[in-house]
Amino acid sequence: MASTSRTDSFRSKVAIAGVAESEVGVLPHMTELQLHAQAAKRALDDAGIDKSEVDGILSLGSARGVRMPSIQVAEYLGIYPGFTDSTSIGGCSFEAYVQHAALAISAGLCETCLITYGSTQRSGGAVFGGGNESWLPSEQFEAPHGLPMMVGAYALAAQRHMHLYGTTEQQLAEIAVASRLWASMNPHAYLREPISIDDVMQSTMISTPLKRHDCCLMTDGGGAVVVTTVERAKRARKAPVYLWGSAETHSHNGISAMPELTVTPAAVTGPQAFASAGIRPTDIDVAQVYDSFTITVLMSLEDLGFCDKGEGGAFVEGGRLAPGGEFPMNTQGGGLSFTHPGMYGVFLIVEAVRQLRGECGERQVSDANLTLCHGTGGALSSGATLILGREPR
Amino acid sequence: MSEPNKPLPVPNNETAPFWKAAGAGRLEVQRCGACSRHVFYPRLVCPYCMSEQLDWVEVSGRGKIYSFTLVHKAPPAFRGEVPYPVALIELDEGVRMMSRLMVENHTRLRIGMPVRVRFEAASEEISLPVFELVEDA
Repeated sequence: MASTSRTDSFRSKVAIAGVAESEVGVLPHMTELQLHAQAAKRALDDAGIDKSEVDGILSLGSARGVRMPSIQVAEYLGIYPGFTDSTSIGGCSFEAYVQHAALAISAGLCETCLITYGSTQRSGGAVFGGGNESWLPSEQFEAPHGLPMMVGAYALAAQRHMHLYGTTEQQLAEIAVASRLWASMNPHAYLREPISIDDVMQSTMISTPLKRHDCCLMTDGGGAVVVTTVERAKRARKAPVYLWGSAETHSHNGISAMPELTVTPAAVTGPQAFASAGIRPTDIDVAQVYDSFTITVLMSLEDLGFCDKGEGGAFVEGGRLAPGGEFPMNTQGGGLSFTHPGMYGVFLIVEAVRQLRGECGERQVSDANLTLCHGTGGALSSGATLILGREPR
Repeated sequence: MSEPNKPLPVPNNETAPFWKAAGAGRLEVQRCGACSRHVFYPRLVCPYCMSEQLDWVEVSGRGKIYSFTLVHKAPPAFRGEVPYPVALIELDEGVRMMSRLMVENHTRLRIGMPVRVRFEAASEEISLPVFELVEDA
């Protein structure tokens, strides 16, 4: 585990100056590179920082996308970086990128990092159930049995969580219901019509116990984040958002190799991120927690320390995550209702920054001073956590 | 339009012993000569101690259901079989593997149930290990 005293200094040197989404939804007329570029332009405009100042690039697209994403995106945008990163750890790559950018900037390798994402997973013709190279372990020992990926992996985890802790399908449904209520206040959300627990329970079974409404959307879209020095961020167009805490890890690739199906990488990154920020879970005002599936949220909330292990079901009951509830979460509607182009992590950061800036209009959470973003990647494989603040730590 | 072929393992120098044994009706995994732990899937070095002394050994083929899911929306090649149960099996030797549960009445399935291996021919070259409930044996 990283030592807090060794690592807490680098975070205080950086801030997030700009965030944006590209167009999101169903975008057959767009390429992945256009989505990277559109989001990048909007994020730089949000920051009021010129592209010529960007000297670090961190990019990732869909699995079918370009082979060397940061090189391709930098060429497309005319960026010649002193720091480059295409770390590929699934949906939480973008939370990890903020930590990587902070390390690079604080080490003096660069001053302003542009993080970009673009994916045409939906319109590009992704096949349900996945597919991969035949020599890989997962293809030899998992794929022949017909588990649909990713949903099957999460279904196995959900089944075991229900077995060990008595978690119910209705409790999982609460998460989908809350997400849709938040989405109803987001004009860019793909699905905005409120749903009930019954609607979730009666939606098409995909892989027990997960039903259609327990599963994230499949859309196109992109996003971008500008990370720079605190000094530069203070001269940017909008108020800086400060990096209080961060952590990243992974434990397995295939679900068969997951050490314990009901303990996610958040059990490592949550405590580390809170320790580096010097705060506790109860200090968080608004949370953005990766919701590839409802079970992802439930187990992440436990592992991050918002409730005890096995208490996630009771924690989310009674609309606690919904508008007006005690624990505002995924306030743009999340991957379940807003958008999910394959890797949702960048959108967690975009909404977190907007909440801290007070830009969220109807869905704005009052007194949002500290926020948590937690991304999950792969088959509950990887996790990365950020704690962001309106004020410097 | 015909359904696509099911994905089948392509044995290589690391995995061929597993598939050869499966073809002969035996479940074999690696065991580390240095730290004595069983290892699955097969590797060049032990993931616990990095020893290269990994030997193939036959295992009991008995274990328990660690978790399972009943697949209703399947990958394209499997659509004709829904619903079907896919499970993670924890073998008595301590390793976990994904497999199919060969059970007619799915409502009987519970995590923790004892299971044992049998083999099903998937092609001329490949037999897949699948599991049945011990109480059915």
